[in-house]
Amino acid sequence: MNANIGNPHNGATPLVEMRDISIAFGGIKAVDHASVDLFPGEVVGLLGHNGAGKSTLIKILSGAYPRDAGQILINGEEAQIGNPRDAKAYGIETIYQTLALADNVDAAANLFLGRELLTGWGTLDDAAMEAEARKVMGRLNPNFRRFKEPVKALSGGQRQSVAIARAILFNARILIMDEPTAALGPHETAQVGELIKELKKDGIGIFLISHDIHDVFDLADRVAVMKNGQVVGYAKTTEVTKDEVLGMIILGKCPPNAIRGPGAID
Amino acid sequence: MTQTQTAVTHPTQEREGPITAFLRATEIDARMLGMFGALILIWVGFHVYGMIFNGNGAFLTYRNLWNLSVQTASIAVMATGMVLIIVTRHIDLSVGSVLGVTAMITGAAQVWIFPKVLGLGLGHPLIWILAVIVALVVATAIGAFQGMLVAYLEIPSFIVTLGGMLVWRGAAWWVTRGETISPVDPNFALIGGGPYGSIGATASWIVAVVVCVLVVLSLSSSRKQRKRFGFPLRPVWAEVFIGVVASGLVLGAAYVANNYPWPLGIVKQYAAAHNLTIPEGGLFIGHGFAIPVLIAGAVLIVMTFIANRTRFGRYVFAIGGNPEAAELAGINTKRMTVMVFALMGTLVGISAVIASARLNSATADLGKIDELYVIAAAVIGGTSLAGGSGTIWGAVLGALVMQSLQSGMVLIGFEASMQQMVVGGVLVIAVWLDTVYRRRIK
Repeated sequence: MNANIGNPHNGATPLVEMRDISIAFGGIKAVDHASVDLFPGEVVGLLGHNGAGKSTLIKILSGAYPRDAGQILINGEEAQIGNPRDAKAYGIETIYQTLALADNVDAAANLFLGRELLTGWGTLDDAAMEAEARKVMGRLNPNFRRFKEPVKALSGGQRQSVAIARAILFNARILIMDEPTAALGPHETAQVGELIKELKKDGIGIFLISHDIHDVFDLADRVAVMKNGQVVGYAKTTEVTKDEVLGMIILGKCPPNAIRGPGAID
Repeated sequence: MTQTQTAVTHPTQEREGPITAFLRATEIDARMLGMFGALILIWVGFHVYGMIFNGNGAFLTYRNLWNLSVQTASIAVMATGMVLIIVTRHIDLSVGSVLGVTAMITGAAQVWIFPKVLGLGLGHPLIWILAVIVALVVATAIGAFQGMLVAYLEIPSFIVTLGGMLVWRGAAWWVTRGETISPVDPNFALIGGGPYGSIGATASWIVAVVVCVLVVLSLSSSRKQRKRFGFPLRPVWAEVFIGVVASGLVLGAAYVANNYPWPLGIVKQYAAAHNLTIPEGGLFIGHGFAIPVLIAGAVLIVMTFIANRTRFGRYVFAIGGNPEAAELAGINTKRMTVMVFALMGTLVGISAVIASARLNSATADLGKIDELYVIAAAVIGGTSLAGGSGTIWGAVLGALVMQSLQSGMVLIGFEASMQQMVVGGVLVIAVWLDTVYRRRIK
C-alpha cells in the first residue's frame, strides 16, 4: 500500500502519488490496485511484460483513460484528471509509445497541437510557432531541417524527437515516457539519455516505461515492476541486480532488498 | 540564423530539371497545375468539338462562361464544406436533401408566413433578409443535429446521413405536401443571378481590383513574417509570378463577365423604366459578376481562411491525420465533429438560397443528387477519402470541372443518359490518376 517506503525522500511529499488505482476492460483487470509515486528530480522505471498494465496505469495519469477506482495526488493534493487537458494543466506531459502525432501536419503544428500560439487577431501564428519549433528541435536534434513537411514524411528517429520536443516544450513538471527510445538508433538513444539527465537536474519527475532493462538501470533511480495488472514490488536500482529484477518481471518473485507489492508471489 | 538559412539549399537542387525547380520555388503543387490543365483541356475540347461537328464552338463564349460560373456556385459552396467533412474521415450524403427541405421552408416562409403572418408587403426588403436567416438557421440546425448523432451516439456518419438523405427529402415534400412555391420574393430572387442579379461592369472591376490588392497584401505580409523570424524565403521572381497569375485570373474573370451583355428584352425593359433612349447600334450593358458567384467567391476566401489560419481548421486536419493523437493532445474531437457538420449545414443553407433563388421557386426535388456532385467535386479536387488531406480551392476547382463537363455535353448535344455515364467515368478516372500521382511522389 505505502509505495514510498524505501524511497530516498522519506518524509517529503511526492510530486505524484497514484494510490490503489484500478481499471478493468470488459471484466479483465488491466490494472489492479496499483500504487506508484514519483519525487522531483527522480526517474522511476516501470517494468513488466507486454500486457502487465504499465502503459494502462500511465495512461490513467495522462488522462487518456478514466480510472475505475483509486486516487491521484499531485504535490500531496488530490487531483481531478478526467481527460488529457486536465493532465496537461497539472504539468503532466506524455510521450506515447505510438508517439501520437498528427501525421499530416508539420512538426510545428504537432508541437503546439491543442495549445497553438495566436496572433493579436486570433489567427494561428505559424511563423512564431515555427520559430519556437526550430529552437526546441535545435536542442534535441540539431540536424533536423524538415520543418515544412508533414511528419509522416519523417524518419522514425525524427518523429520521435518531435514527440519528445512536444513534451518538453511546455515546461512539464512530470514527464511520462512510454518506450521513448523504441524507434531510435544507438546515437539517438544516448541523446535521449542525456536529455533525461538534464531534465532531472531541473527537478522534473520522470516515469520511464521500457522493455529494456539495461536502459532502465542506466537512467532510473527506482523501479516498480508490474505483472498481471498488479505491482510485484519496488526497488532502488542501486540495491538490486538486473537478474533479481528479471525475476520480478518474469516470475513475480520479490527479492529481499525490494519492497513487496500486492502482486508478489513466493 | 545562419543555420536556418542553409536549409534553403537542397542537396538535389542542381540535378533537378527546370520544371521541378520552378515548382519548388513557387511552391505550386503539381496537382494544381494538373487540375488547371484538365480544365483548359475540357474547355478547349468542347469548343473545338462544337466548331467541327456543330459548326459553332459555343463553349468559349462570354455567355457560356458567365453561365458556367453561375451554375457552379451552388455546388462549389457546398464542396468547400464537404472537404472538411471528408478530411475528418466522415461523409455527408444528406446535403442534397437538406438543401431541398431548407429551400422549401425558406420558400414557404417568404411567400406565405412573412407577408401574411407578419404583414410585410410584397417585396418588403426585410423579407429576403429574414428568408436568408431562416435558411441558414434551419440548415445549420439540421447539420448540427446530424453531427451530434455521429459524435455522441457514435453512429457512423455514412448511416446518419444516408438516413438523413431519405428523411429530409421526405420532409421537403411535407412542408407543402408537394406543392411548388413560385415565384419567390423578387429581392430574394436576385441572389440567384440573372441580369438584375449581377453587379454590372464598374462594380465588377472594383471587386476585381480589391481582390488583386488583397492578394498582393497577403503575399507581402507572409513574406514579412518569414523574414522577421529569418526563415527561408521564396525567390522574389516566384512571389511576383504568383501575384501576377492570381491577379490576371481575377481580372480576366471580370473581363469575361463584363463582356456578356444583357439580353435585348431586358435592356428595353430597363431603358423604359429609366427613361433611356436606346442608341442606334443597341445599348450594351454588361452583366458583370453574378451575385451567386460573388457569394461563392466569398465562401472560398472565408473557408480557406478557416481551414488554414484558425485553430478550428488546424484541429480538423489534425483529427483527420490521427484522431487518437488529436484526442490525446486535448482536442475535444466530439465537439469538433458537431461543429464541422454544423458548418456543412450552414453552407448547405447558403446553397439552398442560391439554388431556389436561381430557379425562382422552391420544389421538393431541389438539390436531388447534389450530394454526389458535391462529394465528386471535393474528391476530384484532391480531397483524400482516407481523411487528413484536401484543399478548399481544389474542391471549388473540382466543382468547376464537373460543371464544365456537364454544360459542355449539353452544349454539344449529348443525351442525358450519355452525360451521366461520362461524369461517372470521369470521377473514377480522376481518383485513379490521383492515386497514381500520390504513389509517385512518395
